Amino acid sequence: MSTAAATHDDHHDHHHAPTGLKRWLFSTNHKDIGTLYLWFSFAMFLVGGFMAMVIRAELLEPGMQFVDPEFFNQMTTVHGLVMVFGAVMPATVGLANWMIPLMIGAPDMALPRMNNWSFWILPFAFGILIFAVLMSAFGAGNPSAPNFGWTFYAPLSTKYGPASTDLFILSVHMMGISSIMGAINVVVTVFNMRAPGMTMMKMPLFVWTWLITAFLLIAVIPVLAGVVTMMLTDRHFGTSFFDAAGGGDPVLFQHVFWFFGHPEVYIMILPSFGIVSAIIPAFARKPLFGYASMVYATASIALLSFVVWAHHMFTVGMPLAGTLFFMYMTMLISVPTGVKVFNWVATMWRGSMTFELPMKWAIAFVVLFTCGGLSGLMLAITPVDFQYHDTYFVVAHFHYVLVTGAIFSIFAAAYYWLPKWSGVMPSKLLGELHFWNSLISANLLFFPMHFVGLAGMPRRYADYALQFADYNFWISIGGFWFGLSQVIFLVVAVRCAMKKGEPAPAKPWEGAEGLEWEVPSPAPFHTFDTPPVIK
Amino acid sequence: MATDKYYVPESSPWPLTASIGLCMTAVGGAHFIQQSTMADMEPSFTGKPLFFLGLAWLLVVVALWWRDTIKESVTGLHSNQLGGSYRQGMLWFIFSEVMFFAAFFGAMFYTRWLIIPWLGGEGSNAMTHELLWPNFQPMWPLTETPGGTTTTPMGAWGLPAINTAILLVSSITLTIAHHALLEGKRGTLILFQAATVALGMIFLGLQALEYVHAYDMGLTLDAGIYGSLFFLLTGFHGAHVTIGTIFLLITLIRVIKGHFSEDNCFAWEAGAWYWHFVDVVWLFLFVTVYWL
Repeated sequence: MSTAAATHDDHHDHHHAPTGLKRWLFSTNHKDIGTLYLWFSFAMFLVGGFMAMVIRAELLEPGMQFVDPEFFNQMTTVHGLVMVFGAVMPATVGLANWMIPLMIGAPDMALPRMNNWSFWILPFAFGILIFAVLMSAFGAGNPSAPNFGWTFYAPLSTKYGPASTDLFILSVHMMGISSIMGAINVVVTVFNMRAPGMTMMKMPLFVWTWLITAFLLIAVIPVLAGVVTMMLTDRHFGTSFFDAAGGGDPVLFQHVFWFFGHPEVYIMILPSFGIVSAIIPAFARKPLFGYASMVYATASIALLSFVVWAHHMFTVGMPLAGTLFFMYMTMLISVPTGVKVFNWVATMWRGSMTFELPMKWAIAFVVLFTCGGLSGLMLAITPVDFQYHDTYFVVAHFHYVLVTGAIFSIFAAAYYWLPKWSGVMPSKLLGELHFWNSLISANLLFFPMHFVGLAGMPRRYADYALQFADYNFWISIGGFWFGLSQVIFLVVAVRCAMKKGEPAPAKPWEGAEGLEWEVPSPAPFHTFDTPPVIK
Repeated sequence: MATDKYYVPESSPWPLTASIGLCMTAVGGAHFIQQSTMADMEPSFTGKPLFFLGLAWLLVVVALWWRDTIKESVTGLHSNQLGGSYRQGMLWFIFSEVMFFAAFFGAMFYTRWLIIPWLGGEGSNAMTHELLWPNFQPMWPLTETPGGTTTTPMGAWGLPAINTAILLVSSITLTIAHHALLEGKRGTLILFQAATVALGMIFLGLQALEYVHAYDMGLTLDAGIYGSLFFLLTGFHGAHVTIGTIFLLITLIRVIKGHFSEDNCFAWEAGAWYWHFVDVVWLFLFVTVYWL
């Protein structure tokens, strides 16, 4: 108990690991909190995935089969929110918690109690959101859950939003508090907790990308808090932020939202860049090509992310100069991103490559993320975007960067570091099954979306024209297949948690570099109580 | 500071219990707002009572949490490195607050520079003006909305100017107190910090007066975008002054209890930084909301 802390002396303050429920509920240990984040995010991934299954079931055939359009809208909305804020972000925060102190030789995160608070806010915030969905599905009178799309544009979310919108607003505030505290913890840990000799330009790239991610979080999550606050006052206190009759503008909502929303996209992908930058050198048995350029490219992407937001709004209307500015800035992002992809490929060039599970996921990431990046470049071109906007082409684009991008890299990280976390090697057979099933099904799921999108199928509708029926059938099959494949990972993870499998040595991967491999597997409860010296 | 070892606290019940309090406050808050602003909503336990219960819960937990932290500090468990973590953490927190205000300032400039002229037909928006509200006159402050609501702008040189002077003086008194803390002059420290707290309270009192005055002359929250921006910007600023005043009051009590020394005074400095941040926000507010 923390009240006892005052009576402790220096010598025995934390050499016994707490046990039972208290260990998890009251934790101040970065490894346990990291584990909590990772399990929570996987649970949310399954919940959000289940909603995707409902969407794909409805779209399996044209016409209305399983749900009414109103509920369909709630599914697309909450699927997006749960995946963005509940699955991808907490997963990367979990990885940061586990790995950053190990990678920089710190005894823990800088502010351990705040770390635990960042985590424990999340189950409550998502509890509120998911409660709204359960009420909508099973409650008396089926009060609507949020139904305005994950971007919650005004006036759909203000004048026309259901009553649950207010709970949604407060739950976004809670997620924001959690994210800001988590991000402050990362920044302070990186700046203040590095072991002697661990200079900034010696840090593993995962630490660098997370540092920059954390900066983005601290900069834009408060803007999200601002915009939902304006929604709340517009809904209940008569303000006119998003109402032209009062001198406001619904388009103002989109500007403020996307000022948060675009950096948010990089918040989800930058840690992935760090992950593959750790894995590819390990299995190519070569140092990362162009380390410094990777750091500068990450920083450039982050800075550019503040000046591209209106590319989400080309069809809304903007002065020509604004349109051109946002188009060219967006296209400029492909330069540092290209530097990264080039560096990953150059790292593999003439490497002594082996293809263990983490490497498979990482290579799939490089190829498929690049695919999503290229469709992003197409969307950046304003006149072309007029055609593509709000079609399945956009859905294909962002699922390539977020599913086969962010989520694939998170799986790569899980297979890479599970030996360190659990002390056992993840099952090769199950891992191979998980990888190949996910790889094939994800492409069956998302690739045809490009075609139906280009042919004009709009996103966010519960029904579609007959001409899209064949593609949608296969997309849905790919969806169910991908969804089921993830259950394999659940088995992999549970087996590791139960210590079932081959025991892992301290450094299970021959070519792996970094401080995290200097400690035993599983990593002891406390590591680097006295900082290592890095030469 | 007695130790060089980085202090990693024992497991603590406060983060989880604080989350429970936050959840009650959020759920209660959403229902409280609905039940007090919507005609078809009946008051219930999940509204106002839950909101205040959550708030009280949160307050108690935070007090207990900080009691632990203070105990650790005064028993010498905090190393200089931990002090660095706290200081950097506070600065990044203030940066996040800056970005929160930036959202509202951004909304204000977007409104003044783009929305209002466009509603008046500027640029390629002649038809917008003609078809939606042909009689609308673009102006700032917006005293008549396109929908026809009229209001009166708040002048800069009455209460707001006095309040500006109060906050500027409070910044000076706080800096004198800071120097006194570093030089170990307790009397001066207590006197000038108490003066700063008093100035903060006077500011809040005058702002409350100003709001009453605003409502009397028809400047209300629902009087169009000018009223929306005016009250949200000055209101959130006022909320931050309130927090800053409480912060300074608590560190004043801790000064009197003898918790701080010139090399162990993070909480005191955090309060001071927060106060200066609130001052700077006010200067921007005074220039852009009241004056120009």
